[in-house]
Amino acid sequence: MFGTFTEIERKVLNDERLTREDGIKLFSCNDLSWLGAMADYVRKKKCGDIVYYNVNCHVNLTNICTSLCKFCAFGREESTKGSYAMNVEQVISVVEDAMKDPNMSGLHVVSGLHPQWSFEHYLNFIDILHKKFPSLYIKGFTGVEITHFAKISGKSVKNILIELKNVGLQAIAGGGAEILSDRVRNLLCPKKATADEWLEVARIAHSIGLKTNASMLYGHIETLEERVNHLIKLRDLQDITGGFQTFICFPFLPKNTALEKDIKQTSMWDDLRTIAISRLMLDNFKNIKAYWVMLTVPVAQVALNFGANDIDGTIHKENILHEAGATSPKSLKEDEIIKIIRDIGRIPAACDCNFNILRIIDKV
Amino acid sequence: MRITKKEGISLFKENLLNLGRTADNIKKNKFGNVVTFIIDRNINYTNICQNECDFCAFFRRKNQKSSYVLSHEEIIEKVREAVNLGATQVMIQGGLNPELGLDYFEKMLRMIKKNFDITIHSFTATEIQYFAKLEGIPELEILKRLQAAGLDSLPGGGAEILVDEVRKKISPKKISTDDWLNIMKSAHSIGMKSTATMVIGFDETIEQRIEHMEKIRNLQDETGGFRAFIMWSFQPKNTKLGGEKISSWDYMKTLAFNRIYLDNIEHIQGSWVTQGERIGQLTLNFGADDLGSIMLEENVVKAAGTSYKMSVQKMINLIKETGNTPAQRNTKYKILKEF
Repeated sequence: MFGTFTEIERKVLNDERLTREDGIKLFSCNDLSWLGAMADYVRKKKCGDIVYYNVNCHVNLTNICTSLCKFCAFGREESTKGSYAMNVEQVISVVEDAMKDPNMSGLHVVSGLHPQWSFEHYLNFIDILHKKFPSLYIKGFTGVEITHFAKISGKSVKNILIELKNVGLQAIAGGGAEILSDRVRNLLCPKKATADEWLEVARIAHSIGLKTNASMLYGHIETLEERVNHLIKLRDLQDITGGFQTFICFPFLPKNTALEKDIKQTSMWDDLRTIAISRLMLDNFKNIKAYWVMLTVPVAQVALNFGANDIDGTIHKENILHEAGATSPKSLKEDEIIKIIRDIGRIPAACDCNFNILRIIDKV
Repeated sequence: MRITKKEGISLFKENLLNLGRTADNIKKNKFGNVVTFIIDRNINYTNICQNECDFCAFFRRKNQKSSYVLSHEEIIEKVREAVNLGATQVMIQGGLNPELGLDYFEKMLRMIKKNFDITIHSFTATEIQYFAKLEGIPELEILKRLQAAGLDSLPGGGAEILVDEVRKKISPKKISTDDWLNIMKSAHSIGMKSTATMVIGFDETIEQRIEHMEKIRNLQDETGGFRAFIMWSFQPKNTKLGGEKISSWDYMKTLAFNRIYLDNIEHIQGSWVTQGERIGQLTLNFGADDLGSIMLEENVVKAAGTSYKMSVQKMINLIKETGNTPAQRNTKYKILKEF
């Protein structure tokens, strides 16, 4: 029925692994509703009708960053207008404000690579947050930050992760993977973790029982082949460790970045096929996230029909992507998230950073 | 095979992708990979309106500061700008203003036709009914006189949901279901084609949506006069009715359903105007074969050639990104140019 794609369809229906070539073929396919239907089939089989969300608060300790990636509108030099670095009191007051929501369950802490801050300085924030707010789970730092901590402290990645875990860090964030290709990284973000370094952080974290997320930032200078290669690298590591919890597709938002002039925002078409293909290729990932901040709420809701089973959280106050012109709100109320999920006939489940279900919202 | 009303209700419960796939197959069988658009200009001759619908943010009362009526000269000037930018159609619509008699419209149409070779796709059933009341002559007569003056076809606006229960709630003063259908029938009877529309998001039930489509489908069986079906979603902002905008998911699902249910209407239009470009693009894989108009907005027209060209280019890219071939069409859906 679908010509060259019949074979892929057969594999999907029989739970067979798709090859790299299959992935490339899927990116040449314009039959979006077919792609969506395949991804939705897999989602339903694997995850049922539950959609995960969390009631969380984003904390960005500083936007001062030595990496200054070309796709980023958040990071800046200390001398640049609008730069900030929070102290402990400020961080506590952000979290206290978020705690006004009685369902607040956790923090997502990611930040710039501050040129003066030591690893211990970052570690101290987690230590204090965990002690002050023991009921909140803390997910924090990307593979890029962990690599940076190892470099500035002279400690091994493993020791860095163990120290963070010991003060209360419960999961590693999925950012910083961008495109796991050194060609792309050399052009866009040469100063930070390489593809191998990012993967190595995930591998070591998994080995000490710290789960991590994975992501892909697409829609800039990468080729479609590089997107597929990226997915395969994640899948290969997942085969070995099983430590990735969810996969997040980040469409690149060009506004206020160094690439603004040359690159236009991805189409929704591209966003939905990328989510669907990710679901199909990442056969060993349980969860695929439709990150509403970047996709916008209406598109994220549609994406839940294209393979996604996770819609991220309430966030409290999103900063990083709104610097890049994100048009979505800076936060959502829990009721709004519940409605988005329910409207399409699925079941909302509040979870923690390790996808443990806290509450299933199954009654009106 | 035709889907009955009862089957429709259970079909609507299918998931989004199943409906989308079915609708997309129908679209591909009919049109292959071609997706069309038209270059036209909307001209609103007045915003003074007696209807004062709760869902409308456009109307003004006569004594309000921002109320206006365009002169024939102003209208001709707007048509000229549109023609110069490559438009093949003008869509002239306005409020129900008691000070504008039929002669205002006849003269307007004649002046346009005398000066330009352009299709006039104008006035909704609501306006036709109003002209008839104002002049005290039957609607069919009004349509014949406007046709003689140069009116080519009738847009399908004002249908909202063709269920009086819903209409009473949202626009009690506006044309009833039967009147809307009768005016369309009259127009078709004199060879004047039209489009049909539907607006969802008024808290109507799925059954009411299907009833609307059923009425359109029945009339189409009788006359064959509807060229296309266009569905919008209610835009609650700045209206008295208020409420929440329906989700993209609901819009897409209903759009796919339109394509499946309306088996006798050739063209299904996706609305990038009410849904935004992103969802508009997506409709092309959920049953739509047309993206409607590159509406030459005031500011775009005034900003001269370049920004206008960008809007055509944008439409072309939007369609190309979905693997379809963009084509400019005229009002009759004849393809003028492929890109």
